[in-house]
Amino acid sequence: MIVDLINIAVQAMFIENMILAFFLGMCSFLALSKKVETAAGLGIAVVFVLTLTCPLNYLIHSTFLEKGAWLWTVLPGESFKNLDLSFLNFICFIAVIATSVQFVELVLDRFFPPLYNALGIFLPLITVNCSILGGSLFMVEREYNLAESAVFGFGSGMGFFLAIVGLAAIRKKLRYSHIPNGLRGLGMTFILTGLMAIGFMCFAGISLTN
Amino acid sequence: MAKTKEIVFDPLSDNNPITVQMLGICSALAVTVKMETAAVMCVAVIVVIAFSNTLISLLRKVIPSKIRMIVEMAVIASLVIIVDQILKAYMYDVSKQLSVFVGLIITNCIVMGRAEAFALQNPPLESFLDGIGNGLGYSVVLLIVASAREILGSGEWYGMQILPGGYMGNGLAALPPGAFIIIGLGIWVQRTITGKFETE
Repeated sequence: MIVDLINIAVQAMFIENMILAFFLGMCSFLALSKKVETAAGLGIAVVFVLTLTCPLNYLIHSTFLEKGAWLWTVLPGESFKNLDLSFLNFICFIAVIATSVQFVELVLDRFFPPLYNALGIFLPLITVNCSILGGSLFMVEREYNLAESAVFGFGSGMGFFLAIVGLAAIRKKLRYSHIPNGLRGLGMTFILTGLMAIGFMCFAGISLTN
Repeated sequence: MAKTKEIVFDPLSDNNPITVQMLGICSALAVTVKMETAAVMCVAVIVVIAFSNTLISLLRKVIPSKIRMIVEMAVIASLVIIVDQILKAYMYDVSKQLSVFVGLIITNCIVMGRAEAFALQNPPLESFLDGIGNGLGYSVVLLIVASAREILGSGEWYGMQILPGGYMGNGLAALPPGAFIIIGLGIWVQRTITGKFETE
């Protein structure tokens, strides 16, 4: 059980890294990786929100939307047993994400003002970060249970954190290099990310199951 | 007329959503292993962005500015659900291959970005054209990257053998790192042609 959970976390963090293997959350990854501090702030916020929304969305999916999810109710009638609302996944998930981002913002503002100030604008921006919605959608596709989805959310968040801090550190060094004009900025960042992805591919051999 | 033309053609190169505006990169890389998935994704994105722009532009005078994000999200998510259901019904294999990326059109920054930046200030017809133009600009990049990856990766293009049979597929092109490097080189070529450089 524990081994399975660790396995999921390691897999989400290194082998199937949100950014380097699935390209999720690229926009903010590229736009906010110029400084290590902002990159770390965004990374922490993503870990936070992913760890929260994955299990939440799991609960919503399994109690209301999945096929046969309404069996727990006392509602009579056969029709409820075959009710499949999973086409509503997208709209429910995005609503949960938007709400929990807002909620996290309120809680942080009230109880942890320094962290709230450090995260600043990144917190609301996270709603439209693909890796958050992607996390929930992968969780449904791979049929994780509650504990697994929480661990998966945390692992994916950490993967995002590692990748964005790493890229920000490399870009800082890059300022002193001579890059061809056309490759400056976005072009070079893409190639760097590609090289990082090659680096992360060496984790693919890891397997914790025995 | 000139303005209409500009709205549609400007995003193709000079103001390309992916290479210049830095929007919607996530899905651009993920679905480009093969031409078929890329082409379906392009059509899906063009449809969603054109109609979301039109709808939001129609609603722009009644949406209170405080909750506009949520209204935009609701419009976009509903359109994506429709597209997803259609794909599942008529192109089940492709929809399986695209897996979560159809759903991720919701958080594709192009759709949201154009709704915020264009549709909220402009009349429906122009917003519709802006949607088509940005969708096309997205598609151009997607199709170029997908062509390069499929040809280099397996010597095929849209399932047809292009390179001679002796060609050993270059596995790197089909893997994620290949996508990053190809799009990086693509941006280099584009910047060199247009002469618009970034200064850091």
